Amino acid sequence: MKEVLLKIKRQDNPQTKPYWEEFKVPLTPKMNVISCLLEIQKNPVNVKGQQTTPIVWDCNCLEEVCGACTMIINGIARQACAALVENLTQPIVLQPLTKFPLVRDLMVDRIKMFENLKKIRAWVPIDGTYYLGPGPKVSQSVQEKVYPISTCMTCGCCMEACPYVNNKSNYMGPTAMAQVYLFNSHPTGAMEKEKRLDAITGDGGIADCGKALNCERVCPKEIPLVSIIGELNRQTTFRSFSRWLFK
Amino acid sequence: MKVVVVGGGLAGLMAVIKLCEHDVDVDLISYVPVKRSHSVCAQGGINGAVNTKGEGDSPWNHFDDTLLGGDYLANQPPVLGMCEAAPGIIYLMDRMGVTFTRTGEGLLDFRRFGGTLVHRTAFCGSTTGQQLLYGLDEQVRRWEVEGKVKKYEEWDFLSAVIDEEGVCRGCVAQDMKTMEIRAFPADAVVMCTGGIGMIYGKSTNSYINTGSPASSIYQQGAYYANPEMIQVHPTCIPSEDKHRLISEGVRGDGGRVWTYKDGKPWYFLEEWYPAYGNLVSRDVASRGIYKVCRDLKLGIDGQDFVYLDVTHLEPEWIEKRQHGVLEIYRKFAGEEPTKVPMKIFPAMHYTMGGLWVDYDQMTNIPGLFAAGECEYQYHGANRLGANSLLSCFYGGIVAGDKVPEYGMKLKKDYRNISSKVFETEVAKQKTKMEKIYRLNGSENPYRLKAELNEYMSNNVTVVRYTEKLKETDKKILELMQRYQKIGVCDAGGWSNRTAIFIRHLWNMFEFSRAIVHGALLRKESRGAHYMPEYPDRDDENWLKTTKAKWTPDEPQFSLEDIDTSLIKPRVRRYDVRKDEVIKEEAEKEKVATLRKEEAVVG
Repeated sequence: MKEVLLKIKRQDNPQTKPYWEEFKVPLTPKMNVISCLLEIQKNPVNVKGQQTTPIVWDCNCLEEVCGACTMIINGIARQACAALVENLTQPIVLQPLTKFPLVRDLMVDRIKMFENLKKIRAWVPIDGTYYLGPGPKVSQSVQEKVYPISTCMTCGCCMEACPYVNNKSNYMGPTAMAQVYLFNSHPTGAMEKEKRLDAITGDGGIADCGKALNCERVCPKEIPLVSIIGELNRQTTFRSFSRWLFK
Repeated sequence: MKVVVVGGGLAGLMAVIKLCEHDVDVDLISYVPVKRSHSVCAQGGINGAVNTKGEGDSPWNHFDDTLLGGDYLANQPPVLGMCEAAPGIIYLMDRMGVTFTRTGEGLLDFRRFGGTLVHRTAFCGSTTGQQLLYGLDEQVRRWEVEGKVKKYEEWDFLSAVIDEEGVCRGCVAQDMKTMEIRAFPADAVVMCTGGIGMIYGKSTNSYINTGSPASSIYQQGAYYANPEMIQVHPTCIPSEDKHRLISEGVRGDGGRVWTYKDGKPWYFLEEWYPAYGNLVSRDVASRGIYKVCRDLKLGIDGQDFVYLDVTHLEPEWIEKRQHGVLEIYRKFAGEEPTKVPMKIFPAMHYTMGGLWVDYDQMTNIPGLFAAGECEYQYHGANRLGANSLLSCFYGGIVAGDKVPEYGMKLKKDYRNISSKVFETEVAKQKTKMEKIYRLNGSENPYRLKAELNEYMSNNVTVVRYTEKLKETDKKILELMQRYQKIGVCDAGGWSNRTAIFIRHLWNMFEFSRAIVHGALLRKESRGAHYMPEYPDRDDENWLKTTKAKWTPDEPQFSLEDIDTSLIKPRVRRYDVRKDEVIKEEAEKEKVATLRKEEAVVG
């Protein structure tokens, strides 16, 4: 029987030291990394034959729409559900994301991305949920432009790949920038356009982007992050200039 | 007033927003960060009779299709309420900035879906659930900034706190990082905890859908209604870890189901059901595919597969409308669906049954409400595609409006409830957890789950035989015995996911028994419940809700009449248009009356 060899970085809690553990699981057709981890759960024994604890990791939808199972697989941040074993070199090396506080094993706490969405006012300011008729008309070409951005699942791949998201910086990262662009593109959302632009002007904002261009390369939803950030750069500059001019 | 909402999918978030608008303070407890809830998996769309295609569609027509699709097992008044609210709900989400696909005029576009002959389904490409969830998530975040909502994400619901008067006064939950167990006192609790797919293992559901919270309150005395009504979705990609859904919207956009017969493509659904074709209701389509693969042995290469074909459609057009779904197929099946037909087979998808609720979304435990997939109210014996998102919104709205009304009538505020009520429940849950930490036998909990999954998937899905159901119940009892011999294999006091899973596992067993016993009880075939021993619908005896009440030995059932006051149940046919069926039945009735009159005269 063919087997899959996995090398997994483990850590029992944020205070203890990380360690590596290797596992072998039977290979099945079209197997993904999640299936490997599920197999280990059923038989938590490492390659040395020692009984161990099941791996802790995050996963929900298993079809790349929830963003939960993001981890570093053979050096690249991506979703474990969409990582098919047949396309990976072995041993398959699994590590937790490094730009977020570790919880346990491959699980991290990505709350900071959700907190950033508060700072940038990532919502359309509707008056209420009572009946107010249809929303504004939107052309299909605009829908096609914004739809990919709204598929951002806050997975953190772009954060992991961005060198400017780190311990020493408050940079909110590409994901938050894309959401500013998304809400500023909506006819009602645009009514708070200036507030959002101001939120990404200054510390942690768009100027912290050093244009490494890694974000767009790793985005599983192929969001055009580079051009979005470029456009926002232009808009924030113009906004700062006009504020200074009309002070 | 203070309310706890459990679950941050569509129903939960909608309830939260409504409650905030009513100036209620909300604690939102969710097993996962709410933006990652299972609602993201919904693909095809949301139904609402907006009638933008000039087809003469109306909420009443939507209502009629929904009842027929559900084989008349739903109480009619709340279903009508939902269908009437649907266009407004779609407009609301449009106002929130949800990126719906548009027409040339910039209006919302609508596609066809199963069990209907009109374009009634609004959609965002093929990731409608994700887009709708994000729309609500954003509004909830806005309320969070306002200070009306406090989120407790990655907390696991353990039980409701029920006082000596039998009234729900809050709940107990566990922080899944620190493993702390504590009470959340409140004037009411709204359960929006979704489906139970993990009972079946490989289903279209998310890995988190164990049904544990709903099962907990079932064990605390809440009724579980129509547990036997399990939807199996006809078109999924079978895989090792889960069966991934291929949206019904693919057929709505022109996809065709076929297999080879005598060396030629055979479009069996189109042949058997000329009026609805590939868009028959899901139970009918799944039974059709089972018949082809299992009875006629005509699956592709003799295996459990048939084709779902979009290769005849213009590739660029279908890509635009179904990009998300086609990408899933590319990634997980490794083939190009616009060139080679997709291989699909039915998989467990949805629970029409769930916690029994009244028309205000309240369970039989005062103060304990439920909305979304975890309750039973809107879909009868089979759900129409794109009605699930709708029922999540509508249930959330009704709960969000009715809970404050309930609160106004309460004599005691949650702050005036004796702390002992909460301490007792917390102590009970802590003891339960301590017992799990101490399990040191030889059984692996994940393997026990796999055994449960096998029996449930083989015996309690599309075709149900009495003998097989009994065998399954026996198996569950065996697994419940072996549960006592589990080894926890993780003693960690920090983020101990295995211990949490073991707790869920027991709740899955309890729910499984309710499903199996419900199926054994219902001696007819209706909607998703098909028993070859009783192949016909039996309105005389079984036009009734089955209500399971938990007891330590086994579920006890009672039957409740269905409110059919608005539309008289008709024979369920998808081979002819429903207006023809209505005409036929009316004529039959006319003839019958004439005969009666003749007999009287004679």
